[in-house]
Amino acid sequence: MEFMEKWQEKRKKVWFHTVCFLFITMLLLAGCAEEGESQEADEEDGSQEDVIEVGILHSLSGTMAISEVSVKDAELMAINEINEAGGVLGKQIVPIIEDGASDWPTFSEKSRKLLEQDKVATVFGGWTSASRKAMLPVFEELNGLLWYPVQYEGLEASPNIFYTGATTNQQIVPSVAWLLENRGKKFFLLGSNYVFPITANNIIKAQLDSEGGELVGEEYTELGHTEYSTVIAKIKESKPDVIYNTLNGDSNVAFFKQLKDAGISADDITVLSVSVAEEEIRGIGAEYLEGHLVAWNYFQTTDTPENKEFVDHYKEAYGEDRVTADPIEAGYNAVHLWAKAVEKAGTTDVDKVREAAKGITFAAPEGTVTIDGDNQHLYKKVRIGEVTAEGQLNEIFSTEEAVKPDPYLSSYTWAEALTSP
Amino acid sequence: MWAIQLFNGLSYSSILLLVALGLSITFGLMNVINMAHGEFLMIGAYMVYVTQHLFQQYAPAAWFDSYYIFALFVSFTVAFFLGMLLEMGLVKFLYRRPLDSLLATWGVGMMLQQAAKMIFGAPNVAVTSPSWLEGGLQLTSVVVLPYKRLFILALVIVCLLSLYIYLYRTAAGRSMRAVMQNRDMAGCLGISTRKVDRITFAIGSGIAGLAGSALALIGPIGSSLGTYYIVDAFMVVVLGGVGKLAGVVFGAVTIGVLNVFFESWLSASIAKVIVFVIVIAFLQWRPRGFVSLKTRALES
Repeated sequence: MEFMEKWQEKRKKVWFHTVCFLFITMLLLAGCAEEGESQEADEEDGSQEDVIEVGILHSLSGTMAISEVSVKDAELMAINEINEAGGVLGKQIVPIIEDGASDWPTFSEKSRKLLEQDKVATVFGGWTSASRKAMLPVFEELNGLLWYPVQYEGLEASPNIFYTGATTNQQIVPSVAWLLENRGKKFFLLGSNYVFPITANNIIKAQLDSEGGELVGEEYTELGHTEYSTVIAKIKESKPDVIYNTLNGDSNVAFFKQLKDAGISADDITVLSVSVAEEEIRGIGAEYLEGHLVAWNYFQTTDTPENKEFVDHYKEAYGEDRVTADPIEAGYNAVHLWAKAVEKAGTTDVDKVREAAKGITFAAPEGTVTIDGDNQHLYKKVRIGEVTAEGQLNEIFSTEEAVKPDPYLSSYTWAEALTSP
Repeated sequence: MWAIQLFNGLSYSSILLLVALGLSITFGLMNVINMAHGEFLMIGAYMVYVTQHLFQQYAPAAWFDSYYIFALFVSFTVAFFLGMLLEMGLVKFLYRRPLDSLLATWGVGMMLQQAAKMIFGAPNVAVTSPSWLEGGLQLTSVVVLPYKRLFILALVIVCLLSLYIYLYRTAAGRSMRAVMQNRDMAGCLGISTRKVDRITFAIGSGIAGLAGSALALIGPIGSSLGTYYIVDAFMVVVLGGVGKLAGVVFGAVTIGVLNVFFESWLSASIAKVIVFVIVIAFLQWRPRGFVSLKTRALES
């Protein structure tokens, strides 16, 4: 008996070790991609004097890695371009890459690490509003500088953040106005259950009220929800002209597949999405999306000489099968805008760069963008595109001029109730 | 409206049932808290993508529509053998230690997810569904029964029937049930319990792979696919009660129909909460689930 017990104990120990080993292997595997790149950065790091270190903080693992890895790639590409042209202030830029791991406290921790320990000149990063809200207090406390590359719900203007994606009046508000004019008055709002879709839909509801639209339904599903038959039944019952889609992530795949199976095509009801870009279209399948609409500031097909060059460079660097998309372009722009501001300021000091950044312009792939000194957002053109059979976007509407950012919607009388605290 | 709701309820139940069927074997029969179950779904879904790719590259275009039938077999086979590998390499050391098996299989699940990201890239991949599954049965102007959903319903019935025949009408199934009910006794009577464990786990994994290839028709195909279904799958098995096929059918139909009912009455998020509350209340009343296996074993 005693022998048996000892043997079992020994076996337990062995297996405890094996399990430990498995976990460590797993962690190493997860960290692999990231480590490779930061090592590269370390090697280039000669003496501290002739380089400028910048932070890149995106989710390279976890559920958001699907989207954020490509933005990181574009930011690295921009850094390479600048370095090849001689760097900023005659110094090479060296990226320090950190993984936010799709976990909001990690974003806040890593921001602190980048600012306090690495003393980086600026940070490019974030995707979800939750990650931005987690980083914001750290950047304000330590007076850092964050470049945030994704369209978002507005109602924010931190002096320590530059927003290079669209705010609501550069994406949602004009697209709703366009739909009311061209596709019909009856709206069905469908979104994921978190801050961006809910805030966005509140804005849309106020706008529909004042501009003569009609709300026939509003539904929220959890992130990762994959069963849409009931929602689709409700859509059929309420007969909307337009579905305004603020779903995020994988739910979009399930929704569009099941919508087509239920016999609803773009000819019956137009779906306009604000979180589906070229990369997501590739993962859903163009056959399910053909004819539906998206609203962004940039498409891979946007016709500018800068964009041709951008797309060529991106494909050359990361593979012919990769696509560019709005947040990817916004991340790329952020790096160039920062470099220009530093050149103008003659230093990487945060306060001086912020001052110098006012009114800076950049010939971006989407057309010229300008930093608005009042709220640190960008003047951007608004575009609506239709998904083609090849999975690309065909521009069917664009504003003539770049639209002035208005994160608090103060130029819209109907938005007063939303923005007053 | 009632007809479509009933159909949606049954359709959702069939998806839940398919997802939970494999788990009802590995968790229900074998008592292994198999957190890697979701990743076997993911493997099944990716196999559809791989098969489609191979057909596009090497087969005549006219054969393309039949790729999905092959994909079903490929998904089952690959998941079957990977399951067997997992059983031989890890799970067999962890029987009767549910907490350890939970942690270890969870770790395996994360490794499989990361492996998928490395092989197929981080973004989702798309598959073209075969043309014979496009569209739906038009009953009235609003009531359309999509062929894909009807197909999944049929697939579940076929799986259930085959599993029933295997478990209750074959010698292999009889020894499987014997081992699961009383391992020592079965061993004494000359059944190789090791071999039965291995095959049982492999079958559970194989069915998960098959379920994954069905999910590829209606949902996303990416490395995190498994995480969307794993909670529902466990809920179905726990509610239904472990050890009997009737239990898992009951669990799936209850959750599916209730979910669709509350969703069409209220909203999707609230429906999930209410169904969870009902399941918890039900388990207070019947802690061992709807159907519980009567055995002569002394445990519990």
